[in-house]
Amino acid sequence: MNPQSDVLPELPLEQQAGVPAAMARTRPFYWSVRRELWENRFVLVAPVVVGAVVLTAFLVNAIHLAGRPGAPLQLLIPSQPTPIEQPYAIAAVLIVLGGLLVGAFYCVEALHRERVDRSIVFWKSLPVSDVTTVLSKAAIPLLVLPLLMAAVIVVTHLGMLLLNLLVRLASGAGLVALRTQTPLFELWVALLYGVVVLALWHAPIYAWLLLASGWARRAAFLWASLPLIAICILEKIAFNTSYFASFLQYRFSGWWAAAFRYQRPCCVPHPLSTLTPGALLGAPGLWIGLAIAAIFLAGAVRLRRCSGPI
Amino acid sequence: MACIEARGLRKVYGATLALDGVDLCVEPGRILGLIGPNGAGKTTVLNAILGLIPCEGELKVLGRNPWAEREQLTRDVAFIADVAAMPRWLRVSQALEYVAGVHPRFERAKAEAFLRKTWIRPASKIRDLSKGMVAQLHLALVMAVDAKLLVLDEPTLGLDILYRKQFYDSLLNDYFDRSRTIILTTHEVAEIQHVITDIMFISAGRIVLRCSMEEFDSRYLELNVNPQQLAAARTLCPIHERQIFGRSILLFDGVDRDRLAALGETRIPGIADLFVAIVGQADGRAQGAGR
Repeated sequence: MNPQSDVLPELPLEQQAGVPAAMARTRPFYWSVRRELWENRFVLVAPVVVGAVVLTAFLVNAIHLAGRPGAPLQLLIPSQPTPIEQPYAIAAVLIVLGGLLVGAFYCVEALHRERVDRSIVFWKSLPVSDVTTVLSKAAIPLLVLPLLMAAVIVVTHLGMLLLNLLVRLASGAGLVALRTQTPLFELWVALLYGVVVLALWHAPIYAWLLLASGWARRAAFLWASLPLIAICILEKIAFNTSYFASFLQYRFSGWWAAAFRYQRPCCVPHPLSTLTPGALLGAPGLWIGLAIAAIFLAGAVRLRRCSGPI
Repeated sequence: MACIEARGLRKVYGATLALDGVDLCVEPGRILGLIGPNGAGKTTVLNAILGLIPCEGELKVLGRNPWAEREQLTRDVAFIADVAAMPRWLRVSQALEYVAGVHPRFERAKAEAFLRKTWIRPASKIRDLSKGMVAQLHLALVMAVDAKLLVLDEPTLGLDILYRKQFYDSLLNDYFDRSRTIILTTHEVAEIQHVITDIMFISAGRIVLRCSMEEFDSRYLELNVNPQQLAAARTLCPIHERQIFGRSILLFDGVDRDRLAALGETRIPGIADLFVAIVGQADGRAQGAGR
């Protein structure tokens, strides 16, 4: 039995009328996000797989180095001596890169596939507005993936820490080096801050991909990328300038300078001291980006309203 | 209040005129069959009613403007397009969960009870169901919605005759009551003759016939004319004439039954025969066109 129908008969009439209205405001969004995750299981699976791969590589590396007592545990660059924190940072970077790829791939498909497989006809027969649908799709790279990436990073770091301890104990190496290590908890707070900033900063990119996905009849990725490349080339040839290219570059990587001091949070005793949330909130780049994202998303809503199967 | 009220509905796609001044009035409790050849504008009419496309002219569905108020309208209007529209990756249990999650008028227990009578298992993915089962699933979802208007666009396309019969039986026995309204399109016109209460023919974006089935039964008669009386029968202005096994079959509109009975065997025509007579002649594809 539907829980609502259990409750409804006991309510006065005016409240009964209010219940579906209130429900309709909140639940379609939640279920639409769940629906996206049912359809695109790779969104959940891929970051976990990246985390598992990183952990396995670290394990192999640790076993390999266990034969050399006293050697610092390293990942990927064993020929150079590196700080003990570096593997943790590399693991985080790999997971974030994986998450970015997943987000971009998801967005390019999100409003395209439902038109190709005709299921848009079914979705549109249900009381879910186009605004809710587009926002639920935007929530995957802006909300779900950042939280998931943060969780996977924490779990991977914990796994690495455990391996580190075990290998050190097994090989008879002391735990001295570990004591000087960056406090992991602070590092995690810094990373959580980082993935949230990254998502907000990249919001217009995801929104642009969603817009292209709603617009293109085929090859949505080309529709998303070729116009930008064309503008860069045309500007270079016509005016011999590259403002648009540097704007794009700023959009991809400007978040670092705005959100952190020029120090890696993984390599200082107090990672939280590298965070500059004040400067970030004062950065026009953040707000201009969010405004552009809102415009693109509004465009995607408009496109979906008029679109049918292709 | 009429369930659907349309006046002068017009829709142009590029250079194609899809709807050319369609007027429509469907009262609550009716089952309207919208019949027309491919490309006549049936789906365009339904899409306009569902608020999926904007349209010129006046259109009110359950008192609302469908294009401007689609979201509110979808709570009271259920819709089945052809069976291929259900997402293939979805599981049956997920479909039930999702619709229960977003539809305030969906009663999950009702859908589950309907599905228990079929071979459909909750864990199955839609891609693993046969076409007929997908239609059953979609019907189960729609019948569990307490909708005032149900729109069916070729709901039985590609189904075998058993599933088609079952579909309409379920629709009439388990779903339809006099407070609901159904509008449906199909090419299997013979099968809906005893399902619908009203009929409408659409051709090239225009309504070419609309009448209730009571009116249909009293107004149209088919005469299997005795060969020697063919000339006499033709003077009564048949609207269509065709040959079967060397005998002439004449179709009459509003001619007295007794007068025709004297010329041969009379019967109420099938919708398909009237469709061919009215739409086919205009279309130039019917047997005996140009007579």
